[in-house]
Amino acid sequence: MKYMLLIYSNEKQMLNASKADNEKMLAAYGAYAEAMKKAGVIAGGDRLKPSESGTTVRVANGKTQVLNGPYAEAREQLGGFFMIDVPDLDAALSWAARCPGASHGAVEVRPVWPM
Amino acid sequence: MARRSYGKLIAFLAARTGDVAGAEDALSDAFAAALVEWPARGIPQVPEAWLLTVARRRLIDAARRRRTGDEAAADLVLMAEELEAAVIREAPIPDERLRLMFACAHPAIDPGVRAPLILQTILGFDAATIASAFLVSPATMSQRLVRAKNRIRQAGIPFRVPERVALRERLDAVLEAIYAAFAEGWSDPAATEIRRRNLAEEGIWLGRLVASLLPEEPEALGLLALMLHAEARRGARRDAQGEYVPLSDQAAELWDRQLIDEAEALLFRASAMGAIGRYQLEAAVQSAHAARRLTGRTDWASIAQIYDALSALTDSPVVAINRAIAVAETHGPDAGLAALDALANDARLADYQPYWAARAGLLARTGRTDAADSAYERAIGLESDPAVRRFLQRRRATCGCRS
Repeated sequence: MKYMLLIYSNEKQMLNASKADNEKMLAAYGAYAEAMKKAGVIAGGDRLKPSESGTTVRVANGKTQVLNGPYAEAREQLGGFFMIDVPDLDAALSWAARCPGASHGAVEVRPVWPM
Repeated sequence: MARRSYGKLIAFLAARTGDVAGAEDALSDAFAAALVEWPARGIPQVPEAWLLTVARRRLIDAARRRRTGDEAAADLVLMAEELEAAVIREAPIPDERLRLMFACAHPAIDPGVRAPLILQTILGFDAATIASAFLVSPATMSQRLVRAKNRIRQAGIPFRVPERVALRERLDAVLEAIYAAFAEGWSDPAATEIRRRNLAEEGIWLGRLVASLLPEEPEALGLLALMLHAEARRGARRDAQGEYVPLSDQAAELWDRQLIDEAEALLFRASAMGAIGRYQLEAAVQSAHAARRLTGRTDWASIAQIYDALSALTDSPVVAINRAIAVAETHGPDAGLAALDALANDARLADYQPYWAARAGLLARTGRTDAADSAYERAIGLESDPAVRRFLQRRRATCGCRS
């Protein structure tokens, strides 16, 4: 089954982190992605730029509405994702727990609707 | 046959498709087909395999309707091979009830619905029966069950007995469900309803199964000890005329000594493991009651102490009521009433018969006959067992109340 690991974190905290901390975190994510690759479970993933760089689009009554900003204002924002392909929820949860994001924020595990 | 097989067949189907609701629908179709075909053509050689084969066909139809592709199909082909093996080589249908129980007790399932879910899938309880055992409305319970089954399927919760560490974390929900099943069967002391008596047996059976799988888990042993202690007194709960006999009036020689001995041995083994828990404490209460057959008296002071420890572990109103009764036996009815008064704001007790019966008994002992009378009336109105109702009516009549 495919699962999306949605990484939520406090952006302000992340942006204010020291350079050393930032490097440590990037290294941790690098090792994590590498481990997923070696295990043959990774199907994609990326880090997202801060939510303030987001633009939200909605079409209502044929009119396109463009809003400057993320879909929802919240303290913790979606900051990145991984797509994994594993046998079941337990496997997905154990990968989610290893994600560095689970230690500084939260990781939502969502099954992907098979097409 | 239906009762014994139900959970086993659901577990077999659901473990292979990940879809509990689908398995239930398919199996209920299969049972319906059996009602038509078996009387006409005779019972098949391997009835369980026959039912599973029909259920499997229903699952294929359902998968086609949903157009869910190859994944489901592969599962269903594998299942066909297993079923063929069961018929031709007489290989037993594997018993995967534990796997199903642990899927239902998964941390991704809402804690409040784990036990009900196990009762429904393993024992085939309907939502209304489960609702009454868990003190919620049938509509709410039914909704929660549907949602939980959807979640198992959609989130891909595995049907697997977890590894040792996770297993212990998830054991609580499994034990709670087993105990709820037993309690539901226990609440029919006259055993007039076969369905319910079987529930107590199924509860003990499941308890034995888990205790044998986890012989190092003191709470699994504690739960089994608790159920065996209660079961040992089954025959003593009714007199020759079928009237209800409360525990304090039961003749100890009617208790089943063999079951008591087994329970005591389990509790002893559990206590040696040095990890106390709710079920061991509840079993210890039963053990203290059972000691009356040797000492001729009930050690209410110890029982009150055990209930103190229990109320520190749980906010169960049932524990609180029993604690109040033990307090009344050691410190007098006023102290017991004060303990009951502390619960008065718990909305769960408004329609809980034991609370009103306990209240009535204590009020009567303090001579507040009017208040006792109305509490008895409320308890009688809430009781569904006619023998217990008659017992409460007799108590009400002898307490000097108006009626």
